[in-house]
Amino acid sequence: MATTLFIQRGDIAAWLADTAATHTVYAPLRDKTGVHFHRLCAQDAAAQTQALELDRQAQTPPKNVLLPACETLLEFSYAKQEDGSTSLDVQPVMPQGAVLLFGPRPCDARAFTVFDRVYDAGRGKDPYYTARRAATVVASVVCTRPEQSCFCTAVGGAPDDTEGSDILFTPVQDGFIVRPLTQAGEAVLRHPLFTEAAHREEEAADVCAAARAAVPCAPADFTAAPEPVAALFDDMEFWQSVTAKCLSCGACTYLCPTCYCFNITDESNGLEGRRLRTWDNCMSFQFTLEGSGHNPRPTKAHRYRNRIGHKFSYYPRIHDGALSCVGCGRCISSCPVTMDIRRIVHSAMQRAQCATPEQAHE
Amino acid sequence: MNSPQDNLYLPYMATIQEVVTETPAIKTFRVRLNDPAAMDNFQFEPGQVGQLSVFGAGESTFVINSPPTRKEYLQFSVMKVGELTGKLHSLRAGDQIGVRAPLGNAFPYRQMQGKDIVFIGGGIGMAPLRTLLLYMLDNRGDYGKITLLYGARSPADMAFSYELPQWLERDDMHTVLTVDNPADEWPHRVGLIPNILKEMNPSPQNAVAVTCGPPIMIKFTIQALHELGFADEQIITTLEKRMKCGVGICGRCNIGTEYVCQDGPVFSYAQLKKLPNEL
Repeated sequence: MATTLFIQRGDIAAWLADTAATHTVYAPLRDKTGVHFHRLCAQDAAAQTQALELDRQAQTPPKNVLLPACETLLEFSYAKQEDGSTSLDVQPVMPQGAVLLFGPRPCDARAFTVFDRVYDAGRGKDPYYTARRAATVVASVVCTRPEQSCFCTAVGGAPDDTEGSDILFTPVQDGFIVRPLTQAGEAVLRHPLFTEAAHREEEAADVCAAARAAVPCAPADFTAAPEPVAALFDDMEFWQSVTAKCLSCGACTYLCPTCYCFNITDESNGLEGRRLRTWDNCMSFQFTLEGSGHNPRPTKAHRYRNRIGHKFSYYPRIHDGALSCVGCGRCISSCPVTMDIRRIVHSAMQRAQCATPEQAHE
Repeated sequence: MNSPQDNLYLPYMATIQEVVTETPAIKTFRVRLNDPAAMDNFQFEPGQVGQLSVFGAGESTFVINSPPTRKEYLQFSVMKVGELTGKLHSLRAGDQIGVRAPLGNAFPYRQMQGKDIVFIGGGIGMAPLRTLLLYMLDNRGDYGKITLLYGARSPADMAFSYELPQWLERDDMHTVLTVDNPADEWPHRVGLIPNILKEMNPSPQNAVAVTCGPPIMIKFTIQALHELGFADEQIITTLEKRMKCGVGICGRCNIGTEYVCQDGPVFSYAQLKKLPNEL
């Protein structure tokens, strides 16, 4: 990879504005409701980037960039033929164009690797996701201001983690020390505002070390959770007690950078229509409701058990131990009834350990 | 991305050749893919499923219940339970639908060679068994004794009624039909499937039982099979779940680590016992 680079803080906006001419650029901007990833308009990018916000975590993750909340998979149209029959035409609608996602924290970039293992793997290559992934450059910024709810280091990540990113920006006093991680990342950095900065690598390393030290302590190392969480499957008393206050609102799923479950529905208007893919929510009763009326996950306790099971047990068992949680903490900070996934997974681990005292001594 | 081979969400366009009304609630659709080459090259194994699309209504999963040995058409039997199945029931020969198939795994029909086979089907659960049964009848020499126990609530609820006389007549298979309650002009058995199965008393010796039906029937059928001496490995079933993508991505049909659309729908009872109890 190319050498380490440097860009002044005040030049980021100009670089993004220039890049917006060739790429669809997303960046975290302040708006009336907080900080969210917005798409920059090529014409207006310079003005928009006034609201660039890198010091606070965006309330919503940038998963929309690779997995839109709603996307058209297919378009269809029926037509009456002269002989009285009806013809049907179905066309896929594929994503187009290059994308730069600037400014996600490393946890949000790492979440894309959770998708990659599912959407871009042997089990079934998703052509929409893989097209977006291949066309998107992810330029992450080292997280130097963790939230109280952050726990990336307890799930195998770090505030300077490079997994899932194409470029890592490390903030320093006068700007960013920039490390390209892939060729695609290198390509978008070919811009006169970036200068050679190999001599500042040590400075960047110091910032990263300080960032790692600043992450709040989590109650446990959750990479050890897969076995204990699986062992608690039949302990409905536990799942009922931890979900007693849950409203099944699903905010945790929509705000989660790693939640990737979706629904497919058709929408039609006269003789034309579209097949849509939309984010879905495993905390909803309808998620697994079968045509017969049977529901394998009939209560919120069953559904939350699957949510925790998927993130901390099933997914890692399928994917070499990688958890389907990056510790961003949004499900904690945004839960209307203050459920805390850290405490729940920790309780599960402790309870499983108590249930098998002989293993506790090993 | 314009062919179903490249785009796993893009169905093959297909034309309904024939609609058979099986029971008041079940219709069978015989379809051919519109692309003759795709139809000729279409490969699947008994037990695999497909997603049928009615564009504008959506998609749902059904087993391909014609056997791979009979490729004139692909057959799906659909019980009317909701929006999509209701829409399907309104279609006629000549109408266009989408087919995403084959999906999922198949019955272990190769490992079953040389064994006696006991089929136990309840209601619409007969559909997946039909695929395997016809495949075995088309390769009759590869399998031992074939026994079929097929039950429905009433004679009118029996799907594939036009085939049952042939199956009853064949001397290379033993067919027993039953309905839950006594009915006029019903010459066959009356009683619940698990009870009739116990009376039939099939030997577990070198045998495999394949069962599908409503969950409550499967539960008691497996109990009956255990009483008859069948081991967990000798019991095969095929599951249903709400599915969307059909390829292990969308995240709703999992039982623990196993995705019914991809790792299933066919499981042995030995495999199921190792999974979390979330059927």
